[in-house]
Amino acid sequence: MKKSFVLFAAAAAVVLLVACGGGSSEPAATTTGETAAPKSMVADASSYDPKRGEGKFNEENTKLGALDAALATKGKAIAETKCLSCHKTTDERLVGPGWKGVTTRRTPHWVLNFITNPDPMIDKDPEVQAQLELCLVRMPNQNLTEDDAKQILEFMRQNDGAK
Amino acid sequence: METTTKYFKLPLLATAMLALGFQACKPKNAGSAVGGDAAAKAYVAPGKHDEFYNFVSGGFSGQMSVYGLPSGRLMRVIPVFSVDPEKGWGYSEETKPMLNTSSGFVPWDDLHHVEMSQTNGEIDGKWVFGNANNTPRLARIDLKTFKTAEIIELPNSAGNHSSPFGTENSEYIVAGTRFSVPPDDVSGDVPINTYKQNFKGHISFVSVNKENGEMDIAFQLRTPGVNFDLARAGKAKSHGWFFFSCYNTEQANTLLEVNASQRDKDFIMAVNWKKAEEYLKAGKGKKVKVKYAHNKWNEATHTATSEIKTEVTVLDVTELKDICYFIPCPKSPHGCDVDPTGEYIVGSGKLAALIPVFSFDKLQKAIADKAYDGEYEGIPVVKYEAALHGEVQKPGLGPLHTEFDGKGNAYTSFFVSSEVVKWNIKDLKVVDRVPTYYSVGHLSIPGGNTRKPNAKYLVAYNKITKDRYLPTGPELAQSAQLYDISGEKMQMILDFPTIGEPHYAQSAPADLIKNNGQLKIYKIGDNKHPYVTKGESEAKVVREGNKVHVYMTSIRSHFAPDNIEGVRLGDEVYFHVTNLEQDWDVPHGFAVKGAANAELLIMPGETTTLKWVPDRVGMFPMYCTDFCSALHQEMQGYIRVSPAGSNVPLTYSVGTNKPAETKK
Repeated sequence: MKKSFVLFAAAAAVVLLVACGGGSSEPAATTTGETAAPKSMVADASSYDPKRGEGKFNEENTKLGALDAALATKGKAIAETKCLSCHKTTDERLVGPGWKGVTTRRTPHWVLNFITNPDPMIDKDPEVQAQLELCLVRMPNQNLTEDDAKQILEFMRQNDGAK
Repeated sequence: METTTKYFKLPLLATAMLALGFQACKPKNAGSAVGGDAAAKAYVAPGKHDEFYNFVSGGFSGQMSVYGLPSGRLMRVIPVFSVDPEKGWGYSEETKPMLNTSSGFVPWDDLHHVEMSQTNGEIDGKWVFGNANNTPRLARIDLKTFKTAEIIELPNSAGNHSSPFGTENSEYIVAGTRFSVPPDDVSGDVPINTYKQNFKGHISFVSVNKENGEMDIAFQLRTPGVNFDLARAGKAKSHGWFFFSCYNTEQANTLLEVNASQRDKDFIMAVNWKKAEEYLKAGKGKKVKVKYAHNKWNEATHTATSEIKTEVTVLDVTELKDICYFIPCPKSPHGCDVDPTGEYIVGSGKLAALIPVFSFDKLQKAIADKAYDGEYEGIPVVKYEAALHGEVQKPGLGPLHTEFDGKGNAYTSFFVSSEVVKWNIKDLKVVDRVPTYYSVGHLSIPGGNTRKPNAKYLVAYNKITKDRYLPTGPELAQSAQLYDISGEKMQMILDFPTIGEPHYAQSAPADLIKNNGQLKIYKIGDNKHPYVTKGESEAKVVREGNKVHVYMTSIRSHFAPDNIEGVRLGDEVYFHVTNLEQDWDVPHGFAVKGAANAELLIMPGETTTLKWVPDRVGMFPMYCTDFCSALHQEMQGYIRVSPAGSNVPLTYSVGTNKPAETKK
């Protein structure tokens, strides 16, 4: 009895649904199919120059002279707010690697590019990728201006004993 | 029903299924009302942006939500009048003053309507206003930050429903009282049945500073005691006028459902606000002693302040005769909407079976000719026919609200017959009608209240959802339904649930908002918070009596300091957390165990404060609540709480484990 009743009910529902038909059965057309990732997220290693990095700075527009102590002092102040939570000025790693020796390991324009434009470089630079495997935290973009970056570089040079 | 269930479970099940089947067969049901290309019209591919921002009132949630159109995707819920522990709104020390009122801290309200700021009769994308219905207030939300920037309380008011409608350059946002009440400067301790003698209506004209949006109650109009319901400003030719729907002209004080529905006609009150400005300038306003809070958010200090103000200027419209005129309008008018040309004023009598459309030109002539039907409580009543353009006959049941497409058509919502009806303003003929599911209240067309509607979509906001979504127990979501109105016929293309109860909503083209100079981060260099910590070298803990101030920083992924000792029972601890990040979309969160408080969500470059009063001795963990990096689970720390009078010194550190103690 029970079984037959349920069957009846189900059959009735089916009949009704069929009888009603109703709404169109056309599949919904999709208008725009692409879901392109933002350019910065695409790792295109082929055109990447690991000596220069990626950004506004290159060998031509980055000429260094004698250490500018006043500039370095400004750089230190910015670094204390924006960088030194994660980097020590020794060679000891905190969240990111220590700064000691960074200006001898990297070209100045690479440093300037990296600190002003970190995201694409984290995606493309083989050495930064290796660093990320150790640190696991992507270096944040701290929205440094070009002047901020140059001042920080000067502080890094001072930290490395440049005269 | 209950008893039958007991005995006839199976047959009932079958009947229910049959009933469902039959319901599905009703014409224009959910399935057949949606055309085949509806999905494509409402589809916005992953990673693509919507065409419009849609700002939707949250009703009894007290908040405002932001959806994308046509996708119906919810992008943000902006806390306005209600506390929001998720965002620390009303819990952090900085935000508490935003919810201050003359009655003290009020944690909830009922936000009914939204109004986007305008320049030359077009939405300008600067601000969106919202009204608090219960404890009368107006809020201004800054569309560069999507944050409530200002809240002003409205004295002499009760039930701020007729609000926050604005003029075509946002010269004023109005706030008309729903409940008439005795004014604030006289005793309200009078018998309720003295309504006619003692109760007054007040309408606040709140000016908006063109540069920074700051609000100020320029003046209030004191009116006879009635209920003000909704309003619209004149525009173009009728700029300088404002129109308010009124009901309860019976002046009933009980069972309004019956007693305020006696008269065949109530009124639309036409206000010549330019004239009111003249009287104000001529010193005809009376300074009245009141008390109201004015709360402002400061973007430099990341902190709100609340000021209690004590005076407002009132113009009595029964004495200053030529400010206000009543136009008879059938059956308790609700919506009162002005078309894009400014010529036609549509009244929607919620109990009427027709829609009267008034003409601004005819109204001006009627006033010039003194074509009056006497006075109501000292205010001239214009002859109905003298102001009437015409009536839409048998449009539907229970007309509520009307918006416009700028092509000569009006769209009116019908609560009782659950439909949207499109009609031609000039010839008053119905063009099309579509069902809503169910019991539609407001409707909204992008720019549909302005001089320049952008009439691609219409959204209907429904009060009742019933079977539209998967059931969720007794309480169901309210809903919005999206219609394509680009053609002659309206077509439903989407429906989606909403937060709270959506009353009115407005929309603006996406580009107008996203290119308005939106803020992505707070520059840490510009942070003027008195307890900012600009770098870990400045992190510290300072005791001032029993107050302990923790100057703390957060960055992916640690706090500094993250070990604190020397806090004692009886202390009040203030965590002033500065997020040192300077990248978009990297907030940090902060929570501490047992805090009778919410979390903090701190935006990049921002400083926010959580007050914590420890209630026991012990070890209290704190952690970051907003997933910030692969090492987010490591972003944590400890605070040790010792007994009152303990001599544990106040210390703090990060990254330096003190020499381990070998014994207790």
